[in-house]
Amino acid sequence: MTDTTLGSTGSGHDWSSPASRRRVKRRYAADRRLQFYGIAAIGTAMALLGVLFVSLIQAGYAAFTTTKVELSIFLDPAAISQEKPGEANYRRIVRDAFKAYFPDVTGRSDERSLYKIMSSGSDYIVRDYVVGNPGKIGENVKILVPVSDPFDQLYKRIIPRRIDALSSDRIALFDALKQQGVLSVEDGAGVAKVSVFIDPAKVPSEGGVAAADYDAMIKDGLRSYFRNEYSRSYEEIISATAAEKLQSVVAADPSVVGKIVEVKLPLAANYDNLLQTGQATIRNPRFGSDVEFAWFDSLEKRGLIATPFTWELFFNADSRFPELAGLAGALSGSLLALLICFVLSFPIGIATAVYLEEFAPKNRTTDLIEVNINNLAAVPSVVFGLLGLALFLNTFGMPRSAPLVGGMVLALMTLPTIIVATRAALKAVPPSIREAALGVGASRHQVALHHVLPLAMPGILTGTIIGLAQALGETAPLLLIGMNAFIPSVENIGLTEPAMALPTQIFSWADSPERGFVSRTSAAILVLLGFLVMMNLLAVYLRRKLERKW
Amino acid sequence: MLSYLLLALLVLTTVAYYAGLSRARAFATASGHAAQHSLSGYHGAFVAAWASLPSFLLVILWLLFQGSVVDQLLISSLPVERIKDLDSGQLNLLVSEIKSIAKGNVFGEPDAVVLAAAERYNSWNAIASWAMLASALGLAVVALVVARSYVAPRFRARNEVERIASVLMILCSLIAILTTVGIVGSLLYETLRFFSMVSPLEFFFGLNWEPQIAMRADQVTAGGAFGAIPVYVGTLLIALIAMLVATPIGLYSAIYLTEYASEGMRAVVKPLLEILAGIPTVVYGFFAVLTVAPAMRDLGAALGFSIAPNSALAAGGVMGIMLIPFISSLSDDALNAVPQSLRDGSLGLGATKGETIRNVLLPAALPGIMGGILLAVSRAIGETMIVVMAAGIIAALTLNPFEPVTTVTVQIVTLLIGDSEFDNPKTLAAFALGLVLFLATLALNVLALSIVRRYREQYD
Repeated sequence: MTDTTLGSTGSGHDWSSPASRRRVKRRYAADRRLQFYGIAAIGTAMALLGVLFVSLIQAGYAAFTTTKVELSIFLDPAAISQEKPGEANYRRIVRDAFKAYFPDVTGRSDERSLYKIMSSGSDYIVRDYVVGNPGKIGENVKILVPVSDPFDQLYKRIIPRRIDALSSDRIALFDALKQQGVLSVEDGAGVAKVSVFIDPAKVPSEGGVAAADYDAMIKDGLRSYFRNEYSRSYEEIISATAAEKLQSVVAADPSVVGKIVEVKLPLAANYDNLLQTGQATIRNPRFGSDVEFAWFDSLEKRGLIATPFTWELFFNADSRFPELAGLAGALSGSLLALLICFVLSFPIGIATAVYLEEFAPKNRTTDLIEVNINNLAAVPSVVFGLLGLALFLNTFGMPRSAPLVGGMVLALMTLPTIIVATRAALKAVPPSIREAALGVGASRHQVALHHVLPLAMPGILTGTIIGLAQALGETAPLLLIGMNAFIPSVENIGLTEPAMALPTQIFSWADSPERGFVSRTSAAILVLLGFLVMMNLLAVYLRRKLERKW
Repeated sequence: MLSYLLLALLVLTTVAYYAGLSRARAFATASGHAAQHSLSGYHGAFVAAWASLPSFLLVILWLLFQGSVVDQLLISSLPVERIKDLDSGQLNLLVSEIKSIAKGNVFGEPDAVVLAAAERYNSWNAIASWAMLASALGLAVVALVVARSYVAPRFRARNEVERIASVLMILCSLIAILTTVGIVGSLLYETLRFFSMVSPLEFFFGLNWEPQIAMRADQVTAGGAFGAIPVYVGTLLIALIAMLVATPIGLYSAIYLTEYASEGMRAVVKPLLEILAGIPTVVYGFFAVLTVAPAMRDLGAALGFSIAPNSALAAGGVMGIMLIPFISSLSDDALNAVPQSLRDGSLGLGATKGETIRNVLLPAALPGIMGGILLAVSRAIGETMIVVMAAGIIAALTLNPFEPVTTVTVQIVTLLIGDSEFDNPKTLAAFALGLVLFLATLALNVLALSIVRRYREQYD
């Protein structure tokens, strides 16, 4: 071999040897792996963001329409007086109007379940309509009133009419029993013909056959039909009344004690239903009876059901009934709290930042202030709530649940954000501006107020809007000062009146058990996110439009 | 009342400005501008500042203390035989009953003492409001007249105004310190009251946390109810789960974004990651309840074990999602701070990009990344809404992520919602927990900063 190239002699290393190639390959594979991890991480984060939004929109979009039924009401002047239109018996009026659609429904209990189709707030809606249009008294009017939450959900296909009563493994157990040929229908009821050993050990000496443990005997008897089953869930196939049946058999003929008897035991309701109809579903327990579906379907067939946009979501106050609950109280509370937050934190933040950046001497006090500001930015928000509770509410006796206090607490939290943003904006103003102003004889205050601040304003505004957006989403401190009060009207709006805020409203709806609040909560979240997006877009716009590069 | 007062003060301030301005203008035109030290506007501002600031301060102080002073008066005016047997809670109840009657909400038939007290309360409040109005406006008028008398051609109005502005700015700067003092002071005060009822030993080392029981007076000292160890363990467990989710995703995203990604991809992905940081935590909490917890329960059922609907895994996992952008942006900064020459040197020696990242960039950026992770941990233990909505309330001492656990913040919120009487250990315990939380997050932040400062490599 005379293959002595310069490279291989020079380094003493054969780069083309198989071992070397393998090594290089491995090194590049490691590189690709790292890249893959990076892409996977970003992909996961994006996927999680996507799932978050998709699930919120999926749950929330339904709340932007409300299922309503059109009532045609004759506003009888005999029942509604012109002078006091608010004081008539609207409950009666609304119910009569609704009842008119179903002339063949009679009987109190049927009527009661019929009225359950309408929202319980319908009377107030009609009352408010009449109070607003007193000229309509004496006329026939058509008014849309919401249907109650279950029917709203039903119409939007969020909840089904029938739900599964039995899981698939229960059905499998049932089928196993069926194949052994013990099930039959007698007199319209499903029964299982089972061999049961009347165990003398389970018949107590005192009390005799009347006090025997028939339940245990039946369970033992069933065991022989399910030799390969470990779980004992098959026991629920037989009705709980089976023990009485067995007892009556034994009581009729006490001589069977100690023998095996064949008895026909009744099936539990769900399994009976499965045997007779072949269906393992039951009516959704949120509805009283199947006839309610028929009533609702007939309304739909007559074209009386409509799904207009839910303006109530923005103009109604909170309510215990999801179909009536709205965000008006929460929006006004949040707006007032943000107003207070802005009024306090904007001037104070700017003053602090200007002082620290333009005037403050470098000494221990200013160091202490800076450390404090940085530290406050990292204090958990719930601690600010504790401060508000202990200091503002308890020491100073300020009103509980008030937007004023909420705004003050939020202002303390927003201050560090505004100060940091303002200082950054002030730093970005070139020193030449200051020097030029000083050179023509301006005082330091004039330099700051007339030249530096106006130039820094876009940056300050951007930071302020972002700080306010954070404050709008803040929940925990508002919970602690009680801004989660249930306020069912929007009549008393004021800085010191009890109020809700948007995030605390979301929290309290999320806690409500009614199914309809799931979509209301998601809708409220979408509204909140909408506001946040608008504020952030405004900040971006201000930055793009106004900020100057030096 | 208050809004009228503020409006009147505003009007007075405007009047004061023009009073100063007109007087200055009068002598400015009389003597020619040369003789005047300050521009006329400064004279106006000087008078306006003196007319408004002292009386504004007076109004604020008055409002801060009127409530508690009137309350004290009210309590001391109640007949002794009526209140001598009441504890502080019952007394507070009586006072709030009187106040609600004073507002006009009469329920049932209150006794004569209460009705009389409500009447007194109303009249005192009215007196106080009128007194505030009179004294604030009086002070403003007097200050206006006095300040206006200072206005003269040689009066250095600009310097005075600037001095006032400086003082105001310094006062504003002190608010940051005052807030910290307020937080530490109120937490410490209530915590000390808590420790006068419950031994600190029990609070820090007890294993049994059942604060609700302590609502019954006879059980306050029954013992074992305020051992906060399960709460701390739950907090740390959830924070650990959150960090296990957030750290790899955040760190690898940052590595990819700084070292591999194209400019266009960075421009798309970074804002999207920042969206995750801008979503309010109450939204994450609802997401955990709505989507994540049911999904985990189904997954557990499919795999054959049961996951509680409010498991630590669901709460911690969602909190981890929230922390991803936090870790990724701080790691991003740390990686970007490593000078380009280090990368070039490593690549020039023949290292692959991956080797450069692992062996050069990560060690160089480690202090920054560690600092970021510690800050994220401090966020995780202070995060409230996600755990309030998705984690448990019962304090179980367990490390099983499929079981529900509770956290410090959950306990603070559940102990204090709907309860503002600070006379029982149940509410005071929330402040003790708050103090622990405050100190823990403070320590983590200080530690994070010191790690960054101490171990940061100086390249330039």
